[in-house]
Amino acid sequence: MEFKDKLLSSFLAFEEQVNVNSDIHELRSKAIKEFETAGFPTKKQEAWKYTSLNKVLKHDYVVFPKKEHTIEYKDVEKYFIDDIDTYKIVFVDGVYVSHLSSTTHDKIDACLMSSAMTKSKYKPVIDNYFNKIAPKESLNSLNTAFSNEGAYIRIPKNTAADKPIQIVNFATGNESALFIQPRNLVVVEENSQVQIIERHHSLTDHPVLTNSVTEVYADKRAIVDYYKIQNDRPSASLIDNTFFEQHQESNCSVHTFSFGGNITRNNLNFYQKGERIESTLKGVTVIEGKQHVDHNTLVHHMQPNCESHQDYKGIYGGSSTGVFNGKIMVDKIAQKINAFQSNNNILMDDKATINSKPQLEIFADDVRCSHGCTIGQLDEDALFYLQTRGIPFKQARALLMYAFSSNVLDSVRIPELKKRINLLIALKLGVNVGFDL
Amino acid sequence: MLKIKDLHAKAEDLKILKGVNLEINAGEVHAIMGPNGSGKSTLSSVVAGKEEYEMTRGEIKFEGEDITELDPEERAHKGIFLSFQYPVEIPGVSVTNFVRTAVNANRKARGQEDMPANEMLKLIREKSELLEIDRKFLSRSLNEGFSGGEKKRNEIFQMAMLDPKLAILDETDSGLDIDALRVVANGVNRLRREDNAVLVITHYQRLLEYIVPDYVHVMLDGKIVKSGTKELAFELEEKGYDWLKEEIAAQ
Repeated sequence: MEFKDKLLSSFLAFEEQVNVNSDIHELRSKAIKEFETAGFPTKKQEAWKYTSLNKVLKHDYVVFPKKEHTIEYKDVEKYFIDDIDTYKIVFVDGVYVSHLSSTTHDKIDACLMSSAMTKSKYKPVIDNYFNKIAPKESLNSLNTAFSNEGAYIRIPKNTAADKPIQIVNFATGNESALFIQPRNLVVVEENSQVQIIERHHSLTDHPVLTNSVTEVYADKRAIVDYYKIQNDRPSASLIDNTFFEQHQESNCSVHTFSFGGNITRNNLNFYQKGERIESTLKGVTVIEGKQHVDHNTLVHHMQPNCESHQDYKGIYGGSSTGVFNGKIMVDKIAQKINAFQSNNNILMDDKATINSKPQLEIFADDVRCSHGCTIGQLDEDALFYLQTRGIPFKQARALLMYAFSSNVLDSVRIPELKKRINLLIALKLGVNVGFDL
Repeated sequence: MLKIKDLHAKAEDLKILKGVNLEINAGEVHAIMGPNGSGKSTLSSVVAGKEEYEMTRGEIKFEGEDITELDPEERAHKGIFLSFQYPVEIPGVSVTNFVRTAVNANRKARGQEDMPANEMLKLIREKSELLEIDRKFLSRSLNEGFSGGEKKRNEIFQMAMLDPKLAILDETDSGLDIDALRVVANGVNRLRREDNAVLVITHYQRLLEYIVPDYVHVMLDGKIVKSGTKELAFELEEKGYDWLKEEIAAQ
């Protein structure tokens, strides 16, 4: 049976587990029809030209994993940023695990989607924001159809979350191949702030496919910093769909660190629905072997006097493939926009590939838009400079690659996270760069 | 210490060095002067091992050993240091971390352990004072946004940290005001010993007032055409290079 058919019939089984007489379920029923019509994306679609899901869809995925696991904190400690105090919302095979988590309802809500979807006190928020930002497209609709678990975060007016929130999705080998669909909702109200670190990690070598949808609503003057760590095993594939709706004077950023996994696809959309908004999209990709990372971004400027900054750096080794498809849309009324985009890549081996495609659709006449893309090798003069200082070629190369990607880290506002990412980059480059990162 | 014999080198198809002979002994300071495009900087790059240049004839011996097949880092490990005219910017790597990496890479190549952290800090403090470099400067990204003077001071600071046997200073005076020039020259002078040597490559005689050479060589069209003492530098400053060209043409 094709995976699509399996999912469609699984929906019937899913309906036996959830309350079908709810507003949410109406959305789900609509969504499964949307998915039935659209199916999975194929390379025939422009946005998927360089990324094929065919191979990863061939596995016989279990859609409803058994709720059994025996994971202790010490087994997974290293996947957390554990040197600072954080809230934690942790799932194993898509199921919430309380003994690994640390949620809160004190001043802010950092808790579970499953309770937000079923408890009446959350209903107004769910009614207002759930499934409102994500476009009704195949993979989003598939996620909506089965949505019942994930992180629910709400920061009320005039509140700064007192510590960062980590959302961690583990996958185990209890099942042969696993399909997981987390659904996260983040609502940050006026004048409020939050920092979120998200990670998906497989604990075994069984194939895992994650189709995650995150909607972020940033109200006036809200500040949201979202960090995504993608350093999974070569058996795990991730489709991350993240959507930001921003309002007046809000400032939102997403940093995506892609260091591992089989196929990683990031669909990241920003919708600017007010004036004087700032959006920042940054990414560092360091991959090798046959890994594939695809960044598909959209910044839609719908109002005047806003800014967006995109900066993606990639280092590709082996026969790995990178894709950067960055779209900037500027509506006719969105005058005085500053939109910057840059995508710089280094190919380490002859068989590594990068497909970089900027797309600008500008309907306003008084805007500043710039985009730049480079693909190259390391600067020979810089290598020579380091070598004349006695630094061996391999180490010199690693140091330069580190330097190449480091400016993306400048804007990371959690020092412990910055340190961890630095360390991961150094490890990925396979060289001790000679100092503590 | 350094013995260059009949050195010919080209970049792609362009012949740049056309038979250079030069001998530098421990304890000496040599200066090579010459107009733009005469091959001065190429000579320093070839000695440091830049791959871009192909040696077509001749030999380069350092302490009696042929170094022409060695990588740049191996030459550095033997004690050759090149101060760049245009040092490279390395964002995200602080001056301190960079010199630490370089010092330990050299120690490793010589079979020594990493320098203990406290010893390293002491050395960094001592050498940065020599170049009048303050603490804040050390935590900045290497050469990023540095002024011309800061870049050159940082080059000599690295030289001080690495303590080479032969230091080649390529146009170290370019872009320096008189105060920065004095600091840099003073740093170089205080690093001079009986067992090391300095080769200064420069356009102008100005630097040589501060780093006084034992020998001055003039390079024209890929060759050393005249050698002498420091008085030769003054003569060049006064009369330019044209009289030399004429003199050679007359021969």
